[in-house]
Amino acid sequence: MTAKTLYEKLWDSHLVHQQENGNALIYIDRHYVIEVTSAQAYEGLRLKGLKVWRPESIIATADHNTPTRNWNLGISDPISKLQLQTLDENIKDFGALHYYPFKHRLQGIAHIIGPEQGGTLPGMTVVCGDSHTSTHGALGALAFGIGTSDVEMVLASQCLDIKPLKSMRVNVNGRLSRGVSAKDVALHLIGLIGTGGGAGHAIEFAGDTVRAMSMESRMTLCNMAIEAGARAGMVAVDSITLNYVKGRLYAPIGEAWSDAIKKWQELRSDDGALFNREVSIDATLIEPYVSWGTSPELVVKITGNIPDPANEPDSARRSWLEGALSYMGLTANIPIQSIQIDKVFIGSCANSRIEDLRAAARVVEGRHISSNIMQALVVPGSMEVKAQAEVEGLDRIFTDAGFEWRQPGCSMCVGINEDRLNPGERCASTSNRNFEGRQGPGGRTHLLSPEMAAAAAILGHFTDVRLILGS
Amino acid sequence: MNPVAKISGLVVPLDRDNVDTDAIIPKQFLKSISRTGFGPHLFDEWRWLDHGEPGMDLSTRRPNANFILNDPRYLGAKILLGRRNFGCGSSREHAVWALQQYGIEAVIAPDFADIFQNNAFKNGLIPIQLDEQVIESLFKKTFATNYYTLDVELESQLVKDFDGNEYPFELDAFRKDCLIRGVDEVDLVLLQADKIKAYEILARLNQPWLFPEVGKCS
Repeated sequence: MTAKTLYEKLWDSHLVHQQENGNALIYIDRHYVIEVTSAQAYEGLRLKGLKVWRPESIIATADHNTPTRNWNLGISDPISKLQLQTLDENIKDFGALHYYPFKHRLQGIAHIIGPEQGGTLPGMTVVCGDSHTSTHGALGALAFGIGTSDVEMVLASQCLDIKPLKSMRVNVNGRLSRGVSAKDVALHLIGLIGTGGGAGHAIEFAGDTVRAMSMESRMTLCNMAIEAGARAGMVAVDSITLNYVKGRLYAPIGEAWSDAIKKWQELRSDDGALFNREVSIDATLIEPYVSWGTSPELVVKITGNIPDPANEPDSARRSWLEGALSYMGLTANIPIQSIQIDKVFIGSCANSRIEDLRAAARVVEGRHISSNIMQALVVPGSMEVKAQAEVEGLDRIFTDAGFEWRQPGCSMCVGINEDRLNPGERCASTSNRNFEGRQGPGGRTHLLSPEMAAAAAILGHFTDVRLILGS
Repeated sequence: MNPVAKISGLVVPLDRDNVDTDAIIPKQFLKSISRTGFGPHLFDEWRWLDHGEPGMDLSTRRPNANFILNDPRYLGAKILLGRRNFGCGSSREHAVWALQQYGIEAVIAPDFADIFQNNAFKNGLIPIQLDEQVIESLFKKTFATNYYTLDVELESQLVKDFDGNEYPFELDAFRKDCLIRGVDEVDLVLLQADKIKAYEILARLNQPWLFPEVGKCS
């Protein structure tokens, strides 16, 4: 039997129909439906007189538009409110396995509550009308972000009509230093291969560094796979995966659990399986990273300087770098540590799981945010993360230090609700995108890890968290 | 989807790598539940000097004269010429809708982000990939020539200019057929309903945990 990659195993086991044109119909096990990309898809179903093929495949939530404070006041923006009501109606009319609407006791970001509730299991195919669906691949699943037409397609047929992807393996080996996290591995990779580097590929993260990572860290890595241009990110199943899944709401129990783990243990790339591309990373050389520009590939090590576009030989790229520098209001060649910040955002589907909050709290404990910080937000990824953090007293550590402790949602990662940057404001953000205007028009986003964001909040400028942790 | 076989029109050059979908249509317009109304907000933050919000009075807005789409030479463009990794970032299909509703019918670039390219095909916006050197020469021509137009022919898979230059492009046979006939892909996939049902019966038997029942928690 030929050796297969994890991606090939997941693909082959979900193949419904191989079309002559090379495309295939792939069966979708789990569909996360969110308010921001689903209304037009349901409208399409209504216009065609179609039903949802398998409503039990759907877990729905509202996360992009929801406020993160004053929940008792409801949603003030009438356009956001209508989008949420539309989702309420669509779920009522078409059905779902579960719906976590605004203010539900388990509400949160789709990519956080999915794995948390066992909604994503190893071996599944997962889609959502959101590019960061790649997060779910951390559980040994094949997870795609899709557009609204494909949301409609999956609602109507339970299938995705898709071209096979190429496979890329990113081998990360060696021990990460203290203060260096999965986010730094991701930023390092994107800096290395670029935001188009993974285009057309599914990335499998492998190597002993990844094997040693918690599920939370693996989810951060897979979340960022899309920022490297990859359609999907994934990690093979091991005991860490099984321990994470066991006991969750939608995880199998009893005999079904034993049957399931037998199948799930196969969910790894066979020895000798061939990848279209392999990238090797020495984890011992990775330092904490901060992005300096308007694309996740524009990163520097915390010990480094803002690069000089003048050194770029390619003229199109040079003018792009100059544009990024100008938008960010920065000067070439200055140390990244000299840059003062205005706001701090700890949250998003990249970094709002309990481990992220613990890591940030360790840095913050017993300290206070710098006087130049106008706002520092901690937005847990879900109500469950929030409750757990409160049990551990993390909320007090943050609020004592001057952070605001908010309700879960996408919040300032995307700024669709009222949490956003004002023009010119500079933010240390644990989110995944630093595009122009991403966190608010004219806002300047620097991507980094939760511990690095916490350290920046304390000092008021970017700083090497390893020095704080070492003291 | 409406059938499309040929696009002829003015080319507007957007000389910038990694144009992301947040730039193509900013987040505040994603609150809409409609498929229409995005055209005036295409590249909203680059195209206008004032901040755009859904439902605003467009007549009072101040256009950014320095943005290429506002250059009178390129008004009415149907073809957008872009650079590397066009459409990266968010999966928002609104980016494709905004381009189309502005009047763009094809985007020519060296490469596209996967989800954007897929969304484009599904709506009949043609993403055309040409060699980087060809793209470079097209940029020069669009800057140097007043009213530089191109013809995009799907059947022959050629981009042609008025000087007689022809640039062949790749197009998946299935995509081509869908575009030319204006096929609705959902209808097409549902022709395989029996296969989908057969797959499901087997999967339910082998992996019952993938088929939980509704109402397990509240």
